[in-house]
Amino acid sequence: MHLKATITVKKLRCKGCGICVAFCPKHVLAVDALSKVFIRDAEACIGCGQCELRCPDYAIFADKVKGAAV
Amino acid sequence: MSAEQTAERSFERYFRANRLPHLWCPGCGNGIAMKAIVQAIEKKGLSQDDTVIVSGIGCSSRASGYMDFDTLHTAHGRAIPFATGIKLANPKLNVVVITGDGDCTAIGGNHFIHGCRRNIDLTVVLFNNNIYGMTGGQASPTTPLGAKATTAPYGSVDRPFDACRLAEASGATYVARSTAFHVRHLSDMIAGGFDNKGFSFIEAMVQCPTAYGRKNKMASPAAMMEWMRDHAVMKAAFDKLPDTEKSAGRFPIGLLYQSEDVDYDTAYEVVKERAGGAGK
Repeated sequence: MHLKATITVKKLRCKGCGICVAFCPKHVLAVDALSKVFIRDAEACIGCGQCELRCPDYAIFADKVKGAAV
Repeated sequence: MSAEQTAERSFERYFRANRLPHLWCPGCGNGIAMKAIVQAIEKKGLSQDDTVIVSGIGCSSRASGYMDFDTLHTAHGRAIPFATGIKLANPKLNVVVITGDGDCTAIGGNHFIHGCRRNIDLTVVLFNNNIYGMTGGQASPTTPLGAKATTAPYGSVDRPFDACRLAEASGATYVARSTAFHVRHLSDMIAGGFDNKGFSFIEAMVQCPTAYGRKNKMASPAAMMEWMRDHAVMKAAFDKLPDTEKSAGRFPIGLLYQSEDVDYDTAYEVVKERAGGAGK
């Protein structure tokens, strides 16, 4: 598995609004039955940071993996 | 410590971590605008000890409680008068006012226009969600014509304020607008306000999915942000649009107005000199 980026979720802060899910261009994220975001497809993440940029609750963070080919 | 706690961003030091998560509804744009403010503060290198956050009453004004500065949560509509007092007492401080559309343009409407008129060196960030969210979704002075609210079940009859044009007409020397969708742009607009010595007004359009969206067939916060993306036009491009497109719900964002004028602190120093000098 060659991850291009890692996503960190602070679940305590997440309210499940779905903004990150909607703006993710690679459909990496989804909201679970308890209204918390989870990573559905980690390998698809390109580390664009759209989720982190627009999260109103500072609950999700995307970091590009150093040296990974994007 | 679990892997969940590894990502720490530099802007987090401007928040009172023990107060998060904030109380705003899922998908509320206020959180995005609050982050834009602290990122602008970080960008400009303002010290936490020399920066004061003043807010009024309303959803937006809860922001002061989450921000790790000297903060003041004041009376409804009266954030600008309190901030004026702070600035005059100690002109070295950077005073930032966080207010909402009801707080700033209705309850505090007169304080707002007279703050602009005095050109006092404040940076006022208006979180405009087009509704009174905290009290249950009553129509505010910025609720668009025809939009539904609990006090306007058949659509709002009152024509809305354009807060930016109001600020410009009242004498503010820096007037800008951005949205919760344009996060980096919003942060840049606020940072520009810090640079201006005089009254800086930044209108941040934010989504209220709970009180405004649900009433107006836009319950999804992401859909409301996409609406902002599709209707906000940079000022230079907006000015070139034909009138028919301007009236189709589009609105300009960016730096809308800037001018040079004497700020209130400077003008007041002149008065002090004329009166014989304070403390002499």
